Amino acid sequence: MGIKETALAGTLESSDIQITLSEGSGIDIDLDSSVEALYGDQIKKVITDTLNKYGITDAKVKAVDKGALDCVVKARTMAVAQRALGTTEEPNWEVL
Amino acid sequence: MEERLRRTMMFVPGNNSGMVKDAGVYGADSIMFDLEDSVSMDQKDAARILVYEALQTQDYGNAELVVRVNGIDSPFFRSDVFAMVKAGIQVIRLPKVESAQMMKDLVSTIEEAEKKFGIKVGTTHVMAAIESARGVMKCLEIAESSDRMIGLALSAEDYTTDMKTHRYPDGAELEFARNMILHAARAAGIAAFDTVFTNMNDIDGFMCETKHIHQLGFDGKSLVNPRQIDMVNSVFVPTKKEIENALDVEAAIEEAKTKGSGVISMNGQMVDRPVVLRAQRVMRLAKASHLINEEGEYIEE
Repeated sequence: MGIKETALAGTLESSDIQITLSEGSGIDIDLDSSVEALYGDQIKKVITDTLNKYGITDAKVKAVDKGALDCVVKARTMAVAQRALGTTEEPNWEVL
Repeated sequence: MEERLRRTMMFVPGNNSGMVKDAGVYGADSIMFDLEDSVSMDQKDAARILVYEALQTQDYGNAELVVRVNGIDSPFFRSDVFAMVKAGIQVIRLPKVESAQMMKDLVSTIEEAEKKFGIKVGTTHVMAAIESARGVMKCLEIAESSDRMIGLALSAEDYTTDMKTHRYPDGAELEFARNMILHAARAAGIAAFDTVFTNMNDIDGFMCETKHIHQLGFDGKSLVNPRQIDMVNSVFVPTKKEIENALDVEAAIEEAKTKGSGVISMNGQMVDRPVVLRAQRVMRLAKASHLINEEGEYIEE
């Protein structure tokens, strides 16, 4: 499943990650992180797994990481997924 | 209500991932994640999810975990409550409370969420922020609105605006509200939290206000900056005399138990319930201030 609209969540502050979702084919992640060598695969895995839980299998992902923990990566991906699907005030309680 | 220390309730803006992550390291008795005023309207969803995920994964030690949800008439209220109940938050703080009915409405939403997520009904506690003249006049009915209530908090910025005044250094404009809230809380057997003090550069003013609310009998104070935690705790440190007296009371209780006597006496005088309760609170404060060792003995400075 693809997304309904382009969306962004998160900030560029320390300990955060900013994620943008736009239309694409397959999950294609462009990650910018100072810890990419160490944690790049893990960050991408958290993003991909979380998007899959929302049924999103087709999206272009731009992620700018500022040292976010896994729980923050997950939270920002969830927020951007809900925004891209237009469901922010009807959260998917099965995914949360 | 469970007796615990609530000297400091630290506000943490709910959409700030760095502050949400680090909130546990400062030693606040209660941590209050804010989904309301510190979060802009277009970030309410993101803050809710961030706090939800943090509660699932971060270790906040022994701190009591509180969340301030958006107002009951806002479009965010229901999702806030459902997400926080599912995350296992201990206390939900409702802003701008003006009636017992508002707390009852909150509790019924919480109960709905507890049932939906298979959480034991009654697990999630609540507290009310009093921010208006009407809220102050109704604070006893609010305090007694539910057996889930753990406390009342004064929120002075909105209150002083409602009263057509503003905050003054001597706090005279807050005296009536403070006393009403404190009396309502004590009558209902719950905690009373004083308002935040936002001028971080006025340390003397902050200490003066904290000493004042300590003297009145407040459990503690809401805080906006972790630097204020140690300052508040220093005001709540019991004196050597108070600790020694509390230890004597404890010893007298033990002695009465050993003797099988129903009457506790100390230095030839009967020790009644208020004295015991005060001694227990002093002991909790002394332990939290690291003035009592593991054997329960006073540590000389």
